[in-house]
Amino acid sequence: MTTVTTRPTAPPPGPPVKSRRRRGPRLSARVRRAGLPYLLLLPAVLLELLIHIGPMAVGIWMSFRDLTQQYIRTWDTAPWVGLDNFSVAVDVDAPVGEALLQSFFVTCAFTVLAVGLAWLLGVTAAILMQENFGGRGALRGFFLTPYALPVYAAVITWSFMLQRDNGMVNHVVHEQLGLTETPPFWLIGDNSFVSLVVVAVWRTWPFAFLIIMAALQNIPRELYEAAQVDGAGIWQQIRKITLPSLRPVNQVLVLVLFLWTFNDFNVPYLLFGKAAPESADLISIHIYQSSFVTWDFGAGAAMSVLLLLFLMVVTAVYLLVTSRERKHDG
Amino acid sequence: MRTRPHSPAAPRRRRTAALAATAAFALLATACGGGSTGGDKGSNDSPDSLTYWASNQGSSIEHDKEVLEPELEKFEKETGIEVKLEVVPWDSLLDRILAATSSGQGPDVLNIGNTWSASLQATGALLPWDAKNLEKIGGRDRFSSSALAAAGAEGKDPAAVPLYSLAYGLYYNKKMFADAGIEKPPATWEEFQETGEKLTKDGKYGLAVEGGNPVENAHHAFVFGKQHGADFFDIAGEPTFDGPENVAAVKQYIDFLGKDGIAAEGNAEYTKNESVRDFATGKAGMLMWQAAASSLASHGMKPDEYGVVPIPLPGAEAGTDAQINSMVAGINMSVFKNTDNIDGALKFVEFMTSTEEQTILNSAYGSIPPVEEAAKDKAFSTPDLKVLRKVLAESSAPLPQVPDESKFETLVGTAMKELFAQAAAGKEVTTGDIKERLTEAQQQMQK
Repeated sequence: MTTVTTRPTAPPPGPPVKSRRRRGPRLSARVRRAGLPYLLLLPAVLLELLIHIGPMAVGIWMSFRDLTQQYIRTWDTAPWVGLDNFSVAVDVDAPVGEALLQSFFVTCAFTVLAVGLAWLLGVTAAILMQENFGGRGALRGFFLTPYALPVYAAVITWSFMLQRDNGMVNHVVHEQLGLTETPPFWLIGDNSFVSLVVVAVWRTWPFAFLIIMAALQNIPRELYEAAQVDGAGIWQQIRKITLPSLRPVNQVLVLVLFLWTFNDFNVPYLLFGKAAPESADLISIHIYQSSFVTWDFGAGAAMSVLLLLFLMVVTAVYLLVTSRERKHDG
Repeated sequence: MRTRPHSPAAPRRRRTAALAATAAFALLATACGGGSTGGDKGSNDSPDSLTYWASNQGSSIEHDKEVLEPELEKFEKETGIEVKLEVVPWDSLLDRILAATSSGQGPDVLNIGNTWSASLQATGALLPWDAKNLEKIGGRDRFSSSALAAAGAEGKDPAAVPLYSLAYGLYYNKKMFADAGIEKPPATWEEFQETGEKLTKDGKYGLAVEGGNPVENAHHAFVFGKQHGADFFDIAGEPTFDGPENVAAVKQYIDFLGKDGIAAEGNAEYTKNESVRDFATGKAGMLMWQAAASSLASHGMKPDEYGVVPIPLPGAEAGTDAQINSMVAGINMSVFKNTDNIDGALKFVEFMTSTEEQTILNSAYGSIPPVEEAAKDKAFSTPDLKVLRKVLAESSAPLPQVPDESKFETLVGTAMKELFAQAAAGKEVTTGDIKERLTEAQQQMQK
């Protein structure tokens, strides 16, 4: 997670740098300088191995085993089943595979909607807040609250608000505005998908807002002034100056939002509990249920590995396409 | 690392970093317990202390500590063994036990839901209570046989000993009954339906159900199944979820909210014990629950405002199994096999199942002592406990003690949650719908 977010945003497009500017002073200093980055990286690499790569390797190992409750105590003796777990997971004609596929589609739809809306809100708010006006600081702080709230407290509050009989949402939608004939359910049935998208967008858009706000500071004001002199309207300025300048930031931002949203566990788990409604059965919850609730860790691990492969392919294609585009534009 | 967008190495490096991060995300889900095999035999390496995971029996975790701590001090005074107590909430207890099982780093003594007994027994992590071990705590005969039947698979040494027993009863609101002109609580389902219809008016309902809670749903499916002559597992332990009797049993329960209309539609999303609140606050006139006394009191309902009778039956003409009206509910106590204080752990279980402690603890929690001598105490002769004791002794059955039992609760309970959602949305729930859901649930058992 941190590897992605803390990476410095690339500077705005400039002339390509063809050669490395290294002026080779004395040899020992050069060695020292060459070694220093690796030395500084070492703790991070070790922790990465320990915290991420290790469990990942164990997960991959588990996916080839029949790891049920009989073996969790001595899990290194779980029988090898080859690709059995995988073939069950991808057999879409059988219930397990069918449910996984359904969950996958739900997750894709959810991710596209949630990331799209969070990004749109973030960009809009950031552009609107660019001008200096009274109370801007306070409003910025206010916009960031959802991001600052602890996820548990925030989502539990949502789950109370979304209750059918006593929740605030129905109080407004049904009783005060009279938009529906009967009070709708928000936590079960098909509407739960809507609830999930709304809560997820509410939680993630401040991050998009924050990042884009920071990126906007880097766009030279002269560009806008020149555009105004040339008679460009607000829309043209946004389309021709703001968005292209934001491109490198957006590339990273959308990827991070995609990964966070696709893997979101907290929001659905806190909203719906261990058994999410079918229309909001995100893949992370589905895998949790397949491994922990039904005690079939091998099957859960196989699904995780499939998810990993999928996300790796998407990320690789995304980065390939976006960086090629930029090369053409540059 | 500051990378220029156009240097040839940069995109690749960034991609690698992103891939690593992605990979890390994706597999976090599988990163459970990383320990290795625990020793197979317990030892006495640390004879002066024990770690005990208690389940949440009181109205809050704090309440549990208040009840248990004085008793643990008593035990320390008697034996010199210090017991480190942790009260684990229900929604994380099973995950914690599984993690402890796979890592070998767990408590010495712990509470388990009695329906998990066979599933956890299959992990081999719990100390089997063979004749020798049972002798150390006073022998098998001290416990009620129905409670012991829910402590592990049939024909095997129990994986646990019973600690608190519970049974389902039908709680009814006396004032609402009187207002509706109902003279006596229902004993058959026919009477139940009539009663429910009389109570359902002016925004109030006959019954409150916890429709969004898979575990509650599965418990009722089991008992209703018994009454319809259906079992959810055959003798070999294979799932039989979708027989016509199973479908009929599930339909009877879903119909309370659907076709019969005696439970409020909103109950379909209840998961936080809102049904107990609705009953306590007079929104619903009846509730099927286990040991509700302390929760009802916490919502301000006094003991003389409600009555408890056994869950209704199909009628006298049905067979013996059809006279089952509760599962054997309760909490068992287990010892982790790899404990480093095996003698101390056995002493502690002996202490907790002693007649004196059983009386103190069960009366504090409103449950029934599975130790028969303790059950004779007059603390357990209140009108509601008398009824529940009789149910437990005469007409209860343990949930199937098979390794896949916990899957049954999850899969069937969740299927019923979806069916409730369908009924609540005003769509008719047909026999076909139920059959389809149950078949799906059963197919997920055989992967």
